[in-house]
Amino acid sequence: MADTTVEHLHVELVAADRTVWSGEAAMIIARTLEGDIGVLRGHAPTLSLLSASVVEIQVANSNELVVVAVDGGFLSVAGDRVSILAERVELAEDIEVSQARIDLEEAKRLLDSSNEAEQRVRHAEARIRAAEKVS
Amino acid sequence: MAVSLREYRARIKSTESMKKITRAMELIAASRIIKAQQRAQAAAPYARELTRAVSAVATFSNVDHPLTREQENPKRAAVLVITSDRGLAGAYSSSVIKETERLTERLRAEGKELDFYLAGRKAEAYFKFRQRPYVQAWTGFSDQPTYDKAAEIGAALIEAFLKEQGEDGDVDEVHVVYTRFRSMLTQEPTAIRLLPLEVVEGEEAPAADELLPLYEFEPSAAQVLDGLLPQYVQSRIFYALLQAAASELAARQKAMKSATDNAEELIKKLTRIANQARQAGITQEISEIVGGVNALADAQAAND
Repeated sequence: MADTTVEHLHVELVAADRTVWSGEAAMIIARTLEGDIGVLRGHAPTLSLLSASVVEIQVANSNELVVVAVDGGFLSVAGDRVSILAERVELAEDIEVSQARIDLEEAKRLLDSSNEAEQRVRHAEARIRAAEKVS
Repeated sequence: MAVSLREYRARIKSTESMKKITRAMELIAASRIIKAQQRAQAAAPYARELTRAVSAVATFSNVDHPLTREQENPKRAAVLVITSDRGLAGAYSSSVIKETERLTERLRAEGKELDFYLAGRKAEAYFKFRQRPYVQAWTGFSDQPTYDKAAEIGAALIEAFLKEQGEDGDVDEVHVVYTRFRSMLTQEPTAIRLLPLEVVEGEEAPAADELLPLYEFEPSAAQVLDGLLPQYVQSRIFYALLQAAASELAARQKAMKSATDNAEELIKKLTRIANQARQAGITQEISEIVGGVNALADAQAAND
């Protein structure tokens, strides 16, 4: 790939049924299973699993910040090209906080009885956090 | 006159209203195909990125994952049959079922027992009517599948596949029968083997300058693979569902178009016969009148 012309990271943020966001970015912050990761230009090729969390994308040449909540998935970096894949990706602007809170309560109640509940709690929390970040 | 004019008229009328219905269905299917194709296109990036990632991991670690492991002596196979929920789509569902029967015969010949998983009401009805057993059926989404459904189906299949041999409900292979959408005119029923995964399908060979970079894996290659492969399987199923949806709509459009054409033909034919009957009626009436007048004239002439 022509690395010399690429000034920024090229990001593809993809959900299972659509591309949520794609474009040039200066920086990406995400949370993997092992902790937070920040990706700048020239990052080493990485493939890591994400936990249900908030992903922040600092759009290139602007102050715009794209905030999304993902339900897991993974992040792959190679040659200044970043792809973030998750089954469910929601832009922070589209998240309804009240609904997320209801989901959180429900998931918390189930916490003892089902294994999936923990994942759901995390996802709901991530959605709330994402929504609060942009408001 | 075998059938009266009135009856012909009634038949023309009912054929006309049928034609209106089939025409409407044709148009609806046509507009939905575009949406279905768009959905398939929108889902393509996910499948592409996922394939890239899987091949990246596969190249750098010795892939030995339960989902890719070939059972030495496969005894049971699962078959996922993807058909439509509704009829009036020509031979769409029946050709999928025919393909399934072919696959069934082949697998039985290899000495495997079969578990069936069904998607779409048509497949369910087919199995129920013949009182053939199936494990699970999902219905109600055939013309617009969601990823959640694909995930649900995928989870069930993976669970069955991962069970130890001899355990209840265990399968050693998973096959999928669906209809591939080639173009608006051709859709072909296809059977593919989903599990065990054949690692890295070389759909497009990477260009020489695009050799896969040396990745760092976090937390570890094995764990990344663990996370990736189930999603890969689900995305393959989602892809199959989307293709099937587009095919179903295309088949329905085609079927409804020929139904409309047939109705038109029938109306033409019936109109001709009805006109003939009308003519015959008029001729008869005239000859009756003329005959009556003649008889009257003859009677009067005899009186005079």
